Amino acid sequence: MNKIKSLADLKKLQSEVQSKIKLRENGDNPENLIQIKVSMATCGIASGAKDTMNYLIEELDQQGIDAIVTQTGCMGYCYAEPTIELTVPGQPPVVYGFVNKTKALEIIEKHIKLNEMVDGIIPVAYSTIDNH
Amino acid sequence: MAEYNMHILVCGGTGCKASQSELIKTNFTDKLNEYGLTDEIQVILTGCFGFCEKGPIVKILPDNTFYTQVTPEDVAEIVDEHLIKGRKVERLLFIDPETKETVGDSKGMDFYKKQIRIALRNCGFINPENIEEYIGRDGYAALGTCLSEKSPEEVIKMIKDSGLRGRGGGGFPTGLKWELTRKSVSNQKYVVCNADEGDPGAFMDRSILEGDPHSVLEAMAICGYCIGADNGLVYIRAEYPLAIERLKIAINQAREYGLLGDDILGTGFNFDVEIRYGAGAFVCGEETALIHSMEGKRGEPTVKPPFPAEKGYNGKPTNVNNVETFANIPVIINKGAEWFASIGTEKSKGTKVFALAGKINNVGLIEVPMGITLREIIYDIGGGIKDGREFKAVQTGGPSGGCLTKSFLDTPIDYDNLVAAGSMMGSGGMIVLDDSDCMVAIAKFYLEFTLDESCGKCTPCRIGNKRLHEILEKITGGNGELEDLNRLRMLSNVIKDTSLCGLGQTSPNPVLSTLDNFYDEYLAHVTTHKCLAGQCKALMHYSIDAERCTGCTLCFRNCPVGAISGEKRSPHYIDQSLCIKCGVCAAKCKFDAVLIA
Repeated sequence: MNKIKSLADLKKLQSEVQSKIKLRENGDNPENLIQIKVSMATCGIASGAKDTMNYLIEELDQQGIDAIVTQTGCMGYCYAEPTIELTVPGQPPVVYGFVNKTKALEIIEKHIKLNEMVDGIIPVAYSTIDNH
Repeated sequence: MAEYNMHILVCGGTGCKASQSELIKTNFTDKLNEYGLTDEIQVILTGCFGFCEKGPIVKILPDNTFYTQVTPEDVAEIVDEHLIKGRKVERLLFIDPETKETVGDSKGMDFYKKQIRIALRNCGFINPENIEEYIGRDGYAALGTCLSEKSPEEVIKMIKDSGLRGRGGGGFPTGLKWELTRKSVSNQKYVVCNADEGDPGAFMDRSILEGDPHSVLEAMAICGYCIGADNGLVYIRAEYPLAIERLKIAINQAREYGLLGDDILGTGFNFDVEIRYGAGAFVCGEETALIHSMEGKRGEPTVKPPFPAEKGYNGKPTNVNNVETFANIPVIINKGAEWFASIGTEKSKGTKVFALAGKINNVGLIEVPMGITLREIIYDIGGGIKDGREFKAVQTGGPSGGCLTKSFLDTPIDYDNLVAAGSMMGSGGMIVLDDSDCMVAIAKFYLEFTLDESCGKCTPCRIGNKRLHEILEKITGGNGELEDLNRLRMLSNVIKDTSLCGLGQTSPNPVLSTLDNFYDEYLAHVTTHKCLAGQCKALMHYSIDAERCTGCTLCFRNCPVGAISGEKRSPHYIDQSLCIKCGVCAAKCKFDAVLIA
């Protein structure tokens, strides 16, 4: 490690290392951020959910969008895997089916950035104990 | 480098380490290796989360899941269920003691809701052995700003405006202390960090050094810049091995990154830090005794003035601050004096870290804004009294402090209110007592500690405390007289007035404060010779109820001194002259025939 020679150098290093703990900072305030849950049960993983998840993380990171991407269990839409659930702050969650990389990019470009829903939404056909 | 998708934070504080948290970390690493997930999931050993009652703590991010009382065997289940399948392991989540519901997220826990973590901002968040994580959390930015953009006077003014007062116990304004040391003229000055935490049950400073050592180093460098010192010394007790180890790592990393040493950040400012070990003497928390100990002399206090700000270490001007005080400094510089001053009460600004201990449900380390009430701390954060018993008092300020009773439950806590209530802030130990605690015995306990720790230099402390202790022994031994209570009070006041240093001047406080608040308990001890809490064994009287006794001989066979006699199947009898009041007979009796009075 070279010595830090000035305040500017320190600030540069800070912005570099900040990304390493950003996930923890975001985890402290999850309600203000875009949250994506990727269904990662056996069916999801077999259909490529892992690639989708990695792609989402990388793409969001490259575009500098703060979001929390987590995995979750089977959502029950095994016919439509990989499925993701997207929650934009202040809006009800939306579930997308058949999310491959192309679809994932479309969701980022349209839904996340412009708040326009895209094709492939699976209508919510159930209620959870939370909203009863 | 690929970014990690998930972080697993394992508590590496001393408490959780004692419960095998290192093995938990190793098990996580092994399991992730097995699944080939080491590039995606990062495992970090952090500082103390504060929720020591339910340790070891494991926190999973980004979903902010808070697992409690994790064992090394639980790791496989967490990895298989939570990390692979995304299902939280319900049985390891925290259960709210009131609603009996599981709380998955630490934000939903009452324990954290009322806390504001400034000094503990990085504890349980960063890896204390990695300087880059500290830098990522604005670390060393305050030092950089001070060195490049502010004059020492401006920084001192900021600290003064913030209203920060010494967190070691006395509550002296920190900015003023810095200004006084700055004004002393000398070719050499020193910055000393007092990490000699000695109150029984207190572990605030240890946790900060274990969880966030860089914040202390950064603040020491800022202090050095302000007062004109290029040497820093951390005086820490050798019985804090983990804190010492992490501090050493931090010092080496800071040197490597050029944040300690010569020409820091190209500004021409030099500052380096060394560690000095103490042998764990309570009196060495007093700044003059601490300085003597560092010089290699006996750890005995000397009369002030001269204050260390004029003549301290090696006779040179020295600024001594406590660990927690230092940990607040970088935040004040980064966020501004007004921000800090907006927290707390009129004369006590900011937050205070307390170590909650005793008869309370959530034992642990908390940081709360000044002005919070005892009720909020004990019932909201602390989760109430253990086993649903009755709250009796809180002991604050350690052996120099006093007891706060029920009537102070709604008093806003700050330096001045605590003094007015007959106690003191101290370094932040808070020991909660319930109705089964005898206040005379508590006073005796603290006095025993003072007796052990008195350095013996001045007579009032060395002999006076011994006499005080003898009177208390007499009272708890059942031989007290009414006159003893006056003797206690008179002697206490003499010791307070005539002792040389803070240790002796405050050592009778637990006695005086319990005398004031629980006079009836003392009275019961000396007049009717009864201990209301049932703790003073010598005042107990054991006898056998002839009606209930079946003559099973169980008590007879278990009595260690042979004080019980009687025929089989007929009532037994306790010989009071032999009975040592150990209580074994009462514990063994299956028919509740042993009466305790």
